[in-house]
Amino acid sequence: MKYTLLRCCTTPIVLQQYEWSTNAVLDKLGIDLVDVEEFGCCGYPLRNINFKAYVISSARNLALSERENLDLLTVCNCCFGTMRHIERLLQEDEAIRKEVNNTLEKEGLRYEGDIRPKHLLQVLYDDLGIDAISKQIVHTFKNLNIATHYGCRILRPSKLINFDKPYSPSKFDELVEVTGARSVDWLKKLECCGSPLWGVNEELSLDLTESKLKHAKKSGADFLCVACSYCQIQFDHVQKILVSRRGPEHQLPSILYPQLLGLSLGIDSETLGLHMNQIPLKDIELYLLDKAASQS
Amino acid sequence: MFFTVALYTSLVIFSLGLIYKISSWFRYSLGIETESISTPARILAALGGIVQTVFSRKVFTLLRVFVLDVLLQVKVLKQDSLKWAMHMCIYYGFILLLLMHGLDAIVTSSLFPEYYPTLNPFLFLRDFFGVLVLVGVGIAVYRRFVLKVPRLRTSPMDLYAIIILAVIIFSGFLLEGTKITSYSKFQEMVDEYTIAADEQELTSLESYWVAKFGVVSPEIKGPFDAQTLAAGKEAHELSCSQCHSRPQWGFAGYATSVITRPFAITLDQINAQSIFWYIHFLACMIGLAYLPFSKLFHIFTTPLSLLANSVMDKETSLPANVATRQLLELDACMHCGTCSVQCRVGVVFETLRNLNILPSEKIPSIKALVAGKKLTPEEIRTIQEGLHLCTNCYRCTVVCPAGINLQELWLAVREALLARHQPEFFVLSPLSLYRGLMKDSLDIEKEHYPDPVELALKNIYPNGIPLHMLDSNIPLVPTDNGLSGKMYKSAQASTFSHCFRCVTCTNACPVVRNYAVPGEVVGLLPHQLMHAAGMGLWDLVFSSRMLWDCLGCYQCQEACPQGVCVADIIYELKNIAVTRAKEKLMKQEKT
Repeated sequence: MKYTLLRCCTTPIVLQQYEWSTNAVLDKLGIDLVDVEEFGCCGYPLRNINFKAYVISSARNLALSERENLDLLTVCNCCFGTMRHIERLLQEDEAIRKEVNNTLEKEGLRYEGDIRPKHLLQVLYDDLGIDAISKQIVHTFKNLNIATHYGCRILRPSKLINFDKPYSPSKFDELVEVTGARSVDWLKKLECCGSPLWGVNEELSLDLTESKLKHAKKSGADFLCVACSYCQIQFDHVQKILVSRRGPEHQLPSILYPQLLGLSLGIDSETLGLHMNQIPLKDIELYLLDKAASQS
Repeated sequence: MFFTVALYTSLVIFSLGLIYKISSWFRYSLGIETESISTPARILAALGGIVQTVFSRKVFTLLRVFVLDVLLQVKVLKQDSLKWAMHMCIYYGFILLLLMHGLDAIVTSSLFPEYYPTLNPFLFLRDFFGVLVLVGVGIAVYRRFVLKVPRLRTSPMDLYAIIILAVIIFSGFLLEGTKITSYSKFQEMVDEYTIAADEQELTSLESYWVAKFGVVSPEIKGPFDAQTLAAGKEAHELSCSQCHSRPQWGFAGYATSVITRPFAITLDQINAQSIFWYIHFLACMIGLAYLPFSKLFHIFTTPLSLLANSVMDKETSLPANVATRQLLELDACMHCGTCSVQCRVGVVFETLRNLNILPSEKIPSIKALVAGKKLTPEEIRTIQEGLHLCTNCYRCTVVCPAGINLQELWLAVREALLARHQPEFFVLSPLSLYRGLMKDSLDIEKEHYPDPVELALKNIYPNGIPLHMLDSNIPLVPTDNGLSGKMYKSAQASTFSHCFRCVTCTNACPVVRNYAVPGEVVGLLPHQLMHAAGMGLWDLVFSSRMLWDCLGCYQCQEACPQGVCVADIIYELKNIAVTRAKEKLMKQEKT
């Protein structure tokens, strides 16, 4: 299996551990990633202001991936939702496709619709499969409760995304549980993390984050687990600000899914960048058992 | 006389230019914080910083960077070997040419007492270095005009650099070529240097030079018999060979002489070599005098920027020194366009056509800003938009071969511009995430942090205030056909006709659910937005903060039993709101 990797623009600066852990985990699972140097912004942050800018940014990445003749892998829900939206739009709207291709032609690119954008979770669950992952597990977690946070654009709008059932999804939970952790049920599990309003309406953004943390903690979770760069920035960097402003009452550290899975696959915490999380994750290794020990 | 006057004039202009440019690094300021630091304090801080660095272990970092990034330009090599070859050819070709040939009286003669420009290896090397520069210039032209790299812009300054270099080298070769064929030059040399004055001896010497040294004589033409040549050779060895290698070694000049040979006599009569000398010399003098103001100034500033950046960072360096470095960086940009080619939002330029989106094009704008140039509101608006249309991914900084911390430049100028209170609508997008994360290190008073968002919203609300703060009701008079009108007939807008007013979208909205009385905070709720837009009550729609509090989480759209694309429509409404606000601004700019 081989994909091009679309890094989210946020990862090189504030979330390098997401790149590291994704690379390490996919490498271990035998999935090849191709770095396309020219990849750019997915377009998501431009949509509020200018639709055309949003479309061309996204389409260019699709075209670049098509040039490599590979499906495109994203690690961010917002990138994913955007790429899916534009993939569909270009499929359905010939006029826009023509306009986009006219622009892209200037740099020798074209998008015909031969490749698909895919989210990391989709590649792991649909393309690789739980069984294949479970065979590679060397350590399992014991007594670890995880509040799995799906994030919006991996589920909604389901007509477009079509990854899991929008109101009762289970794929991410299964991926979490393959590590031996328990994915707890919690209120507000499927709601937005609050990130889109960070820097725009921060009180509202914090309200939404705080309420999610509160309910996750109430359900007995030890950690949140996410698979989206924006969500992780919100639950890690912004949560730190939240704690400093509103107190530590609801503090709950968040781990990136490839970090969680990586520990189970026997990848060391240094490679997974566990130390780079703003809210310390150190305790999580205490829940780890050897697979052999857990079976006996 | 002419030589001395021209040389000293251009040296004076060059020096004054240098002083002016360098002083601007200490006179101007970029951010808000450093505006209050005086110029003398900035100079002292810089001197202190330099002394401190030189006498610390950082000096090894400086050495490493000097060798790897300045001398070998490894950064460029890693990115693009063609560009590296281009730059190495021009850089080393020109520097060596300058030292060996331009400054021969000072440098070469003192190193090699037996130096003569017409003797090997100097004769050969001069042409070799010249050809190196030309090869580099050729690659530059190829890259900029043939390859057509997307978003690599060529400015008049780039053209000037290419032209001045080409003129200097070509005129040099033409000068050399016409000198080789020149009969009068030959005569002049004979008069000055030949010991024997015998007529026959002179004829054989001339024959020898015509045959072997490319001189074109009006009287004597080949072929020559062996005897004459032998006699000529003898005279040559007696009087000329100590200072003259064969001109073929100056291969470029010699090749030029082969081309100009058919017109050699005419060229000699009109004293073409003197014309070429003037062109060559004047081009050099213009190049020298204009250097501090041209792109070629980066010969000095780029190494300085690379060195300064290798030992400085925003956290530990004095703010005064960071400001000085940032101004130096503006001069260190050589407009190579690497940042723009690699910029993650560069492609947006293709649709918005705002040049300031491209990092390399922001630099001249910022230069104009810091120099206090009078800019029109429109110019400021486009610079501000360009500065904000950035995902803060730092790629420009990572790839810059001059080591300029471009991202930090953008951050500093962004805040300084926002403080001028011109609205910027991109602050209402997730691009603001980074500003939010960085807020503690922003160069502004805490209470001013939310101002840009409020200002943008104020310009979007048709009455300047949000719906929930309006004293009187907005009249319910539709301005057009709303979502069913022509203007808004997108695929998503057409789904609105299926709405049967169940309010499910609003009930599903996490923003609405966050407030006890949501209408008092966000104005119209999602279902109300849909209806108002459906009826063309645009002032109601655009007065609602709800548009900008929408997360884009798609709960509303997912929940709608009728398949109305609520979230997509809200996105579209935001676009329309911004377009309207921008149009209003542009109208104001014109009046």
